Amino acid sequence: MTEATTTTAAVDYWSMVFVLVLATFIGLGVIRRVSRLLYTPLMSLTNAISAIAVVGSLVVTGAEYPTTIRVLGAVALFASMTNIVSGFLITDRMLKMFKKQ
Amino acid sequence: MTRAVAQFAAILATALFIFSLHWMNDPKTARHGVVAGVSGMLVAVLATWFQPEIVHHGWIVLAIVAGFIVGVPLSRVPLTAVPQRTALSHAFGGLAAGLVGTAEYYLWVGKGPELLTPFRMSAIVAEVILGFLTFTGSLMAAGKLQEVRWIPQRPVTYPGQNFVNIGILGVAVVLGVLVVLQPTAVWSGRAFSGIVGLAVLFGVLLIIPIGGADMPTVISILNSYAGLSAVAMGFVLDNKLLVTAGALDGSSGLILSIIMCRAMNRSFMNVLFGAFGQVQAATAVGEQKEWKQETIEGAAQLLEQASLVVIIPGYGMAVAQAQHKVRELYDQLTKRGIAVKFAIHPVAGRMPGHMNVLLAEANIPYTALVEMDEINPEMPQCDVALVIGANDVVNPAARYAKHTPIYGMPIIDADKAKTVLAIKRSKNPGFAGIDNELYVQDNTWMLFGDAKAVLGDLVKQFGSGGLH
Repeated sequence: MTEATTTTAAVDYWSMVFVLVLATFIGLGVIRRVSRLLYTPLMSLTNAISAIAVVGSLVVTGAEYPTTIRVLGAVALFASMTNIVSGFLITDRMLKMFKKQ
Repeated sequence: MTRAVAQFAAILATALFIFSLHWMNDPKTARHGVVAGVSGMLVAVLATWFQPEIVHHGWIVLAIVAGFIVGVPLSRVPLTAVPQRTALSHAFGGLAAGLVGTAEYYLWVGKGPELLTPFRMSAIVAEVILGFLTFTGSLMAAGKLQEVRWIPQRPVTYPGQNFVNIGILGVAVVLGVLVVLQPTAVWSGRAFSGIVGLAVLFGVLLIIPIGGADMPTVISILNSYAGLSAVAMGFVLDNKLLVTAGALDGSSGLILSIIMCRAMNRSFMNVLFGAFGQVQAATAVGEQKEWKQETIEGAAQLLEQASLVVIIPGYGMAVAQAQHKVRELYDQLTKRGIAVKFAIHPVAGRMPGHMNVLLAEANIPYTALVEMDEINPEMPQCDVALVIGANDVVNPAARYAKHTPIYGMPIIDADKAKTVLAIKRSKNPGFAGIDNELYVQDNTWMLFGDAKAVLGDLVKQFGSGGLH
């Protein structure tokens, strides 16, 4: 997924900005409709989702890089994994509590 | 082939994340959102792991196992501790972004300086500044929320504070510009370390002047930063999935921050640089009126004769862990045919939605939880407004007292109820340090004590048959 480490500098930056702008608009549209009751679980859910940084950490940890670099990656991977695990679990734990009757 | 699979996985994961958030629009479908989120994450992780450039697997397994070992207990904290857990996870998110940014910089300096284009280098600098300031800022916020002893709870301010803070950030940005222009000069490595150090310092200094009542806004802003640092990482690594997921998180944090700021009638700038609670409100409003205390028996009678009771919870309920007693009282009242509603102020508690989660934990149906804007028109029909550990969010001074920091903040109109019962731990003013004239109104009766104890006594009154 991370081609940056292997390919040249010729990255299509404009398409990245384009993706960012569109994703932000989708994000704003979707989040605006989130139930006000669920703001706390929303925050832990988005927390877990933004731990997508895990894919960057995976590459830094697992590729053929100097050891110091890989150590940084492993710590980052640990931090992201913690967020993924605790974020999704606690979100589900909270959502289970919301009952109509 | 694997590249195509990876691209497809990124699209699939993005779609799953969008659905995940979409399903949060209703408590009925919300749990599908978790399933979608987990699936998206699994797809993304597996697709990355199987890329050919990943050759060492030992450390990956180790870090993942460690993540589970720490993550599982963190997901089991009591719900009153959810604000600090959230702050802590923002810190982890910031740390991951900062470390990956640092690693990529040193990697490219060593291996392919020509890859450090100004655009990519700017993205690295942004990622590192955002990542590390989110890291230490969120740690500070978590410490304040956890009431760690050596972190002061009250805002700490000193003359020229904003000047110092902005100065530090400014120096970091200037160093950033220099590194972008000269990524491989002799001094660049040192300048880069300087950026990291300044960002770490800035995060700490940014949170020091912020007090507990501002935490809902601050946590939302840090949430947004954590998302933005993931976006920056996406730019660095040319990875669109990071950009989309980071943007979803960033926009969530942004919307929550706006809602929180509006609910306090304040601006971002004012929250971050305003040091709430410092405005000395010792300027007593008008003549000093006396509190009127009510007995438990009297309060129980008032409640029993009501046909509509509105309960207004605040941070005091969370501190006292009183939500289960609230539920018992709710049962006693509804059993007698009394309508009970909960009025939820957007900034009640220490993070967005805090009260809802605590009440849901106590099995109170979410249909009984009503937002401020919906409950306010009903307040004149309310027989008893029961305030439990809430203060500034029901202070009528917010409507007119221009010299107070809460002026203009929308409040729950507890004062318009026929009778007000207020449970309060002590006779001290609330967080903002302003006297609450709701408590000295003619139709207000105070119940002093720990919320859990007072509610327990009330429930006993109902249970003992003293009332029928």
